[in-house]
Amino acid sequence: MSEREASGAGALDGARYEIVVGLEVHCELRTRTKLFCGCPNSFGDEPNTNICPVCLGLPGSLPVLNRQAVEYAMRIGEALHCQVRPSIFHRKNYFYPDMPKDYQVSQYDEPINVEGWLELPAGKRIGITRAHMEEDTGKSTHMGGAGRIGDATHSLVDYNRAGVPLVEIVSEPDIRSADEARAYVSELRAILVATGASDGKMEEGSLRVDANVSVRPAHSATFGTRCEIKNMNSLRSLGRAIDYEAARQVDVLQAGGRVVQETRHWNEDEGRTSSMRSKEEAYDYRYFPEPDLVPLVPDEAWRESARCALPPMPGERRRALAEAAGTDPASVALLVELDLDGLVVEAVAAGADARIALNRAANEVAADLEGARRLSPASFAKVVSMEAAAKLTATQAKQVLAALLAGESDDPEAIAARRGFEAMDTTALEIVIDEVIAANPEPWERFKGGDPKVAGLFVGQVMKRTKGKADGKAVTSILRERAGGG
Amino acid sequence: MPDSLSADDVRHVARLARLDVTDEEVELFAGQLAAVLDHASDIEALDTHEVPPTAHPLPLVNVLREDEVTPGVERDEVLAMAPAAEEGRFRVPRILGEAP
Ligand SMILES: [Zn+2]
Repeated sequence: MSEREASGAGALDGARYEIVVGLEVHCELRTRTKLFCGCPNSFGDEPNTNICPVCLGLPGSLPVLNRQAVEYAMRIGEALHCQVRPSIFHRKNYFYPDMPKDYQVSQYDEPINVEGWLELPAGKRIGITRAHMEEDTGKSTHMGGAGRIGDATHSLVDYNRAGVPLVEIVSEPDIRSADEARAYVSELRAILVATGASDGKMEEGSLRVDANVSVRPAHSATFGTRCEIKNMNSLRSLGRAIDYEAARQVDVLQAGGRVVQETRHWNEDEGRTSSMRSKEEAYDYRYFPEPDLVPLVPDEAWRESARCALPPMPGERRRALAEAAGTDPASVALLVELDLDGLVVEAVAAGADARIALNRAANEVAADLEGARRLSPASFAKVVSMEAAAKLTATQAKQVLAALLAGESDDPEAIAARRGFEAMDTTALEIVIDEVIAANPEPWERFKGGDPKVAGLFVGQVMKRTKGKADGKAVTSILRERAGGG
Repeated sequence: MPDSLSADDVRHVARLARLDVTDEEVELFAGQLAAVLDHASDIEALDTHEVPPTAHPLPLVNVLREDEVTPGVERDEVLAMAPAAEEGRFRVPRILGEAP
């Protein structure tokens, strides 16, 4: 079977086929120590300096569950609207150098969180099948052969990461496009960061995404055969990999072939997926209950405290901001993502104009997130109000905001005064406008005749003569008045 | 339930556990494993409908520790026990495929 050309990725015949995606996200928990031992959970340390008999699986060692890891897992479950339940741990047996014990401790048929959902900013709900706890594996480096596993001469293993607590979040196959997959991961990441459980760093591997991708004829009720795609380490590569894989499967089907269920590896440089191993002998992990660990049965008080530990989730914050600003939640997603929603909500509560506040926050403030940290809602509200009351022109308001963000002062009025920004009184403005009209008799006739193209000329001339102090909206309204348009 | 187990079943289980077994051992273990399975299948004669699965023989739940760092082991001491080490890491032979 010929593999699709990488350059052709994304050319899915959208009218005839539908993409179906389910995602598995592994999230490293931000605990101080590992899941079953007191070794530090820390990224980037010297190899094999955070290891002990428990995480090395030495004979006679006993695992003891980390209370904080359970707390984080429950917070994730609550934030994803899951049932948080009694759970047990299993051994997943396999032989691979990254697991020194030759098994991974994971939750199998009795996971801590089941049946939840996540709402995308656009409003669609994606089902969460489960969110269970397990331990991470070690890290192997392949030596020789340019680091590729197939060409390596040998490998070196670092067990610092072995035993680090993970929560694996498995979605239902509810995702229908690469864009939706990216939106899901981005929303999930924001939720995980909000719970305090994760630092959300995909590039450091603390958030890892595998995608189950299949295609089916449009309007089909049954699912196609899926492939599991691994090794995507950014939202961008997730989207590219899904589009490539879906197009590859459509090619196979259109050529009269069958999609083979297998695990495929995404190669970022080549922009394609390739088969990782054949499933001739399906993996038999011989799961059995971990005899060294007892059941985990969180009582209602503990679950309640995990619920109480949660700050407002991104979806709630979008709704709060949208309500405060009189707009729809999807349109304010970026402000919440940038953590600027509080600023706008407070400014609007203090009486600032919502439309201007949203606008200035999404543009000027968003462009200087460093400066945004020292911008108080009160001074933000003040500058927005000055603009709304036409005490500042839009251009002047942007300059005052820039000075606030740069930390020049926290008093918008003082900043405006220092720059000589004072509102032109209407009489003075009218005099200038009449001068400009008098100097341009021919364009003025066209303006009166309703030619919109000359409006810019008049506003520009007025701005020039007032050195930018005039308010553009005021100028336009006086011009209309003079033209008899009211 | 089986009162015998095929030689292939035994070889499959042995392979999963990475055990090297001789043909004589396959025959020996087939009989022994079948006896174990038969014993377990006695339970099937009982109605266990209302009995929850036993997760652990001890009546304990929620054995937890606080999230506090405790001393580990010296790297050099551990690496000295390994068949081979390099650059502070365990050296293993060429790996034949990606992790499952
Ligand atoms: Zn350890």
